[in-house]
Amino acid sequence: MDVILFLIFAAIAVVCGINVVVQSHPISSAISLIGVMGALAVLYLLLGAEFLAAAQVIVYAGAIMVLFVFVIMLLNAGAETRRGRSWMAQLLGLPLVFAFLGLMAYFVQHVFPGAAEVHFGAFRHGTALDVGRALFTQYLLPFEVVSVLILIAILGAVVLARKELE
Amino acid sequence: MNFFLLSLIKAVVVAFVLLTTLAYLQWVERKVIAHIQVRLGPSRVGPHGLLQPLADVIKLITKEDLIPPYVNKFLYLAAPFFAITMALISISVIPFGAEIHIFGGGTWMQLTDLNIGVLFVLAVSSVGVYGIALAGWASNNKYSLMGGLRSSAQMISYELPLSMAIAAPLLLANTLSLRHIVEQQSGYYLGFIPRWSIVQGPMPQIFSFVIFLIAAFAETNRIPFDLPEAENELVAGYHTEYSSMKFAGFFMAEYSNMITVCAMTTTLFLGGWLPLWPASAGSNYVPVLIFLFAGLVALYHGLHPARRMDKFTLPVVAIVFFVLAAVFLIPALRGALLPLFWFAAKTGALLFLFIWIRGTLPRFRYDQLMAFAWKFMFPIAVLNLMVTGFLVAVFS
Repeated sequence: MDVILFLIFAAIAVVCGINVVVQSHPISSAISLIGVMGALAVLYLLLGAEFLAAAQVIVYAGAIMVLFVFVIMLLNAGAETRRGRSWMAQLLGLPLVFAFLGLMAYFVQHVFPGAAEVHFGAFRHGTALDVGRALFTQYLLPFEVVSVLILIAILGAVVLARKELE
Repeated sequence: MNFFLLSLIKAVVVAFVLLTTLAYLQWVERKVIAHIQVRLGPSRVGPHGLLQPLADVIKLITKEDLIPPYVNKFLYLAAPFFAITMALISISVIPFGAEIHIFGGGTWMQLTDLNIGVLFVLAVSSVGVYGIALAGWASNNKYSLMGGLRSSAQMISYELPLSMAIAAPLLLANTLSLRHIVEQQSGYYLGFIPRWSIVQGPMPQIFSFVIFLIAAFAETNRIPFDLPEAENELVAGYHTEYSSMKFAGFFMAEYSNMITVCAMTTTLFLGGWLPLWPASAGSNYVPVLIFLFAGLVALYHGLHPARRMDKFTLPVVAIVFFVLAAVFLIPALRGALLPLFWFAAKTGALLFLFIWIRGTLPRFRYDQLMAFAWKFMFPIAVLNLMVTGFLVAVFS
């Protein structure tokens, strides 16, 4: 059952991911990206990381992608026109993708030779309680540093937006 | 009993009740608004217009289903479907009542109890905005687009205070499961003050209750926050180009969201299915008395010589109320019905508040709406969360 669900949602994630690139209209690409996020959330859930799954949907699919769609709608971006593509890209694109994937597989196998097999639902530290505890004890410093970093990013965005207004 | 069969039965019952409530909520809303404005409201179809929802459904189904030629067809068709799906899903984690025992087994009056129940509702509601935003964009109409834009901006903005307001009672409850949140609110201070989150120590959540309710109005696009469909500026906003059942989809989604939000408020702040005062002080007889009183009022008006039109319908209503009162006296059924009654009473009161405010307040201006969310609600919500966290840390 878990394997079947994994295959279904992994396929959805991959198809949506390809669709992000293939679609010519920004809105269609954005919606495909939402599909990827949703499918990833289900994969997290299958692994037993329920908090991460919920956070994935709330933060990525619910907040960030809404902003993306909002900006695309606000700018009223039209469909992308395809021209000026080099014949090199058309010729070498697909073989290079496969070469890249093969290289990745090779490195993963060599860097983590003794990696354990993944079992669905075997991960027992994905509840909100465990994640919260880990964030506020073991990873307190990185957590706080990241929040400061985000604050700086927000300030930067505000400053940039102001400059444009004047 | 078979788990799948039981779940199926529960799902069918919940879906049926939810859809019926949806249909009749519109009747209630039209009636209440009408009486606030000193009108009669729907009164032609059936006694007191009670068959009006049925007539509306027939009207909407048989209307011409028009798809304008200039729309983005796929998204145009998917948007209402998406909106209604997301609106109906979140009811599955709401606990309606305590455990009941039927057919020799126990089951909870809840479709499923997730241990991330609160996050689930937040996730579903945050994804729900796509239905409206994409409907506005796919319609290829400037008014629709404006409505969709406004709704996305509004929902992103109000989701922040909403989440902050939810986080504060969670600090008291110490769990994300909606069922445990309700169980955590059981018990009474001094023997009669309920330990609901709204009055629970060390920090009564009255502020986050108010913030949550205001943000909920904005999230469900209700007056005074119904900018996305402001008819005097945007024709009908994001659903201008929709007709027939696709329009009904948005309509149902709005009312379904309203019910979910009220049920969530009840669960988080008002103690879910728990009674207002302890059973030892007679709270078990409240539904009997209420239905008896309602029946007597209906009977009095039905038998009044001045109301000739209602001399048949109101006595029938009275008999229905008397039967309901009698049902609440049967000890075997009481265990299952009382929690359900309290849950429905609290949710119903909140729904009435939604309708009441629609009949009372005018619409915000758009800049006021945004300034209100970011400059007032958000700081207050953060402050409330910090004070709650501090007090919980000190007192526990």
